Amino acid sequence: MAADDIWILGIHMTKFGKHTDRDTVDLAAEAAMAALADGGVSIKQMGVLAAGNLMAANAGIGQQLQKQIGQTGIPVYNVANACATGATALRTAIMAVKAGECDMGLAVGVEKLSGAGLLGGGGRPKSAATNWTPSGRYGAVTPVDGLIGTDTMPGVFAQVGMEYGHRYGGTSFELFARISEKNHAHSTLNPLAAYQKRFTLEEIMNEPMIAYPNTRAMCSANCDGAAAAVVVSGAKLKTLGPDQQRRAVKVSASVLTTDPWEEACQILPDVNTLTRNAARQAYEQAGVSPEDLDLVELHDCFATAELVHYDNLMLCPEGGAVDFFNSGATWRDGSTPVNVSGGLESKGHPIAATGIANIWEVCNHLRGEAGPRQIEGATVGLAHVIGLGSACGVHILERAAA
Amino acid sequence: MSSKQVPVVDYLVLGDEPHLKAHECTGCGARFFDRRNACAGCSGTEFRDVPIATKGEVRAFTIVSLAAPGIKVPFVAAVVDCAGTSVRGNIIDTEPDADHVRLGMNVQLTTYSLGADDSGAEAIGFAFQPA
Repeated sequence: MAADDIWILGIHMTKFGKHTDRDTVDLAAEAAMAALADGGVSIKQMGVLAAGNLMAANAGIGQQLQKQIGQTGIPVYNVANACATGATALRTAIMAVKAGECDMGLAVGVEKLSGAGLLGGGGRPKSAATNWTPSGRYGAVTPVDGLIGTDTMPGVFAQVGMEYGHRYGGTSFELFARISEKNHAHSTLNPLAAYQKRFTLEEIMNEPMIAYPNTRAMCSANCDGAAAAVVVSGAKLKTLGPDQQRRAVKVSASVLTTDPWEEACQILPDVNTLTRNAARQAYEQAGVSPEDLDLVELHDCFATAELVHYDNLMLCPEGGAVDFFNSGATWRDGSTPVNVSGGLESKGHPIAATGIANIWEVCNHLRGEAGPRQIEGATVGLAHVIGLGSACGVHILERAAA
Repeated sequence: MSSKQVPVVDYLVLGDEPHLKAHECTGCGARFFDRRNACAGCSGTEFRDVPIATKGEVRAFTIVSLAAPGIKVPFVAAVVDCAGTSVRGNIIDTEPDADHVRLGMNVQLTTYSLGADDSGAEAIGFAFQPA
C-alpha cells in the first residue's frame, strides 16, 4: 500500500426506516461509534470530522455529534451539498488526510426524512392574489410551480428519463417500472433496507402515479438513517494490525463535480454531463474501466434516473442504456450488478446518509461480508450520488490485496 | 374594470404577438431567462434581449399527479425545444395523459388569464398547446 493512498478503515450504516424514538444526533452517534469500532479505532485518534445533515444544515450536526460521542477539539466541517452531502463529507475527510493535515478522519451523514412527503415543489396561497406584484429573479406575480412546469423531484427526474427516451428511443412506462422491479427484488436480501418487499411489475405500474412515468414504488423512499466512515492514510494503515489491514478498502478514486453550463440546464437540471465528467475522472484516477466493476451503487432517486446513469457512468455504450438494462446486465446475477442494496427506491434515501451508505454497501461486498446478497469475488466497485443544483460524487473502491 | 395586463413572469412579452424573451450573451449566444452578472457559459458580461421562437418540439415531459397543496393536478410539465432554445412550460388544451402527449410532438406558445387582482389588473400566464 502506497503511503499516500487513502483507505476506508471502518464503516457503518444504521437500519434505514422510521426511527420515531431517535433524533439525528442519536442516529449519527450510532453510525459514528459503530464505524470507529469497525475500524478498531477511537474518536481520540480522529484528526478531522466532516458531517452532513441537509434538512437542518445550519444546526452544526458535527459539533452536536462531538458533544454526544467525544469533544476532542478537532476541526469540524459541516457540509451541505444536496443529495451529494454524504459523499461530500467523505471527500472532505479524504482531502484532509490526503493533504497531510491528519492521518485519520471521520465522515458522517444523517437525515430524518420519514413522512417528509413530496420534495421540491412549492405551494400556492389558498386565496387569490390581491395584487399582482412581480417579485424574484423572474419577476413572477405568483408562485410558478405547476403553472410553468414542475419543481417536484419526481417530476424533474421523470423528465430526465423521458428526455433520454426522446434522444435515443426505446423507453416506456413499462421499461422504467422494470428497473424498479429489479431494485425492489434486490432489497429482499438487505435487512437494513427501509422496505424489503418484492413487487410484481403489475403492482409497480398500478401503484399511485406521482409524476408519469414514476409511480410511488419508482420513487426513492423518504426515511431516517445515518452512515459513517473512518478514512486513513496508507502510511498510517501500515502501522495498524493485520485484521485492520485485511479489511481496509482502498479508495482508488474520489471525485466531486458540478455541472458545467449546457444549453437547457436552466430549464431542466442536467444530471448527465457532471456525472459523465465525474465518472471519466474517477476511472482515470483509479486506472480501472467500467468493465472491471463487480458492482455499482448508483443514484436511483427515481427509476427514470437509474436508466440515464447506466449511460453517464459509461456502463454501456452511449445511447445504449435501454438495451443494457434489457440484457439483464444490472440484475445481481448480471455482468454489472447495479443497486444490489435495493437502491434508493427500496433501501431508502435519508439524503445526507446516502452518499456514505452506498460506499458501505460496496465495502461490504469487497470485504466479503455481505452475507446472502454477497456478489461473489467482488474486487472493485463504484458508488455514485447526485444532488440537484448540482453536485456529483463518484468513488471507486478496491479490495485490499490479500 | 381596468384593462391593465401583467405577465406572469417578466420574460413573457404581451401584446399582439405574445412571446418569450431571453437575455442572450453577446459573446457565446447562451440564453438566460433570469438576469446574470456574467455568462455561465463563457463569463462574458454583455447581454442583449432576444425573442424566443413561439413554436417548438416537446423534448421531455411528465404528467404530475401529486403536487403541493393548491396546485391543480394532473398537469403536463414539459421541456420544449423552441428553435434551439429550451423552454420550460406546461402543455394545455389536450388531455393530460400519455396517449395525447408524446415526445417529439409539435407545440406552440399560448397565453391565458390567471384572473384579476383587487385593482382589476389581469395576470396573463403562458403555456404550450398542440400545434
